[in-house]
Amino acid sequence: MSRGLFVLAIILLFGALKLPAEHALARDHSESHFADPELNLDVREKLGQLGFVAALSGFRAVLADFLFVQAHVAWERTEWGRVLFLFRQVTTLQPHVPLFWDTAAWHMAWNAGAAAINDPSQPRQALRVKAQRNYFALGKDFLERGIKNNPKNPKLYESLAMLYRDKYNDHAHASEFYRKAADCPGAPSYDKRFSAYELSYCDGWERQAYIQLRQLYDEGENERLPTLIKRLKYLEVKLNVPRDLRIP
Amino acid sequence: MSANDQRSPKHRAFSFGRIAAIAANTLTELTRQRVFYVLLIFGLALIGSSIFIAQFTFQQEFQILKDVSLGAMSIFSSLLAIIASAQLLSQDIDDRTIYTILAKPVPRFEYVLGKLAGVLLLLAISLAAMAVLFAAVLYFREQAVLSETTREMNRAPQEQLNDALNAVRGAGLNTDVFAGVAVIFLKACLLAALTLLVSTFATTNIFTVTVMVFVYVIGHLQATAREYWLQQPSAGWAARIFLGAIALIFPDLQAFNLVDQIVAGVVIPLAIFTKTALLGIFYVVIYTLAAILVFYGKEL
Repeated sequence: MSRGLFVLAIILLFGALKLPAEHALARDHSESHFADPELNLDVREKLGQLGFVAALSGFRAVLADFLFVQAHVAWERTEWGRVLFLFRQVTTLQPHVPLFWDTAAWHMAWNAGAAAINDPSQPRQALRVKAQRNYFALGKDFLERGIKNNPKNPKLYESLAMLYRDKYNDHAHASEFYRKAADCPGAPSYDKRFSAYELSYCDGWERQAYIQLRQLYDEGENERLPTLIKRLKYLEVKLNVPRDLRIP
Repeated sequence: MSANDQRSPKHRAFSFGRIAAIAANTLTELTRQRVFYVLLIFGLALIGSSIFIAQFTFQQEFQILKDVSLGAMSIFSSLLAIIASAQLLSQDIDDRTIYTILAKPVPRFEYVLGKLAGVLLLLAISLAAMAVLFAAVLYFREQAVLSETTREMNRAPQEQLNDALNAVRGAGLNTDVFAGVAVIFLKACLLAALTLLVSTFATTNIFTVTVMVFVYVIGHLQATAREYWLQQPSAGWAARIFLGAIALIFPDLQAFNLVDQIVAGVVIPLAIFTKTALLGIFYVVIYTLAAILVFYGKEL
């Protein structure tokens, strides 16, 4: 008995010793984006009791994948409400996986949006457009929250830029987010170019767009792609650039 | 030197040889049990089946492959650690092997250390087998996607091809995954040492396994309880005592859950990996010492 109490005392003493180390490690995890998402009552309602326990027991990633596969099946069946519901669960469980945010946004803004505008069960065009805009907004919301959780990931900025370009016809925002993507570490080289292309479509920003495109052109053969040359020639005419300064 | 001294060499208080012999024997015993093969085959089958994930883009495929494989490694190594360690002492007591061993000049701490070393070896072998299969599956899928991408983009500018190939390589196999496997191993070692401690005072295997299942679940919640306990001094005294007990007695298993973030592409800083490894080793040492202390008091 006395030995048992002695061992309990050792474990409690060890517990007191390990607390600062555990606390410091948790702080380090948080600072390095290793912290787990907060699993609160709202998440429990979304996941159900069993899913919540699984998420708490270290199977968060596997559970998220399982729900992701279910969302894929729901997409194949064009059950858009279920796709949205499942992707909200997936992104809550794994907020640091950009792929999940990106796929969720793509399903909403592109697939569900296209389905809404072509919905044969809704005869009124105005309501179809309204439904489509709601899906665009859901896609945008996924990407914005994804960026908040993964601020250094270029893919999410790119997708948001594409959404502004293709769905809202908003070239100014598209250019801004392509530029933000280009500023991220490991960003593809085309992000900078795409930012300049989008800027060239914005009224009042032609001069800035011309400077950016010309800089890219001057970087060498690799940047002299057909679209870049076409946009540059268009701006040279629009801005009345002297002939001797124009590209061949 | 007398003739008697020549016949019986002087007994040493501590011997690596004796511990190694017990560890080797424990490993042999454990590998002869069906539960080991069932768990290992199930784990390997789960990892191997990930290759059949079709219909997804390569990023989605690699993401799921890594999640499922590392998840399988985590759960099977944890299960193996608990099940294998739970029966170490009770089985030796049941078949009376323990009396044969302890009747010889083998100190009890060497017996406990040898038993634990045997389980840790088993865990290392199982995890290595699963990690090799996982790396092979991921590597071959990555190579297939790389050659497919190169073939499909053979007319694209070199810069675009490089971007595409880098995207595939970025989503594929990287060294951080192995750091994740090392952390899974540490977590399994911790669970094995703690199970051994529980089994020193438990009367049945079922009791040990049941206690450890609760420890496993509570251990993943310990961080939440600890942070609430430390940061909410206004909580009621009953809640504070309860949360304090959880924070002090249970290990923080969530600290070893780095794989979710590794799969998400977050790079583990060396400092965090080192601190996590040291914390894991610290846990194992303390739980083993406690197990030795309890085992010394056990009437056999």
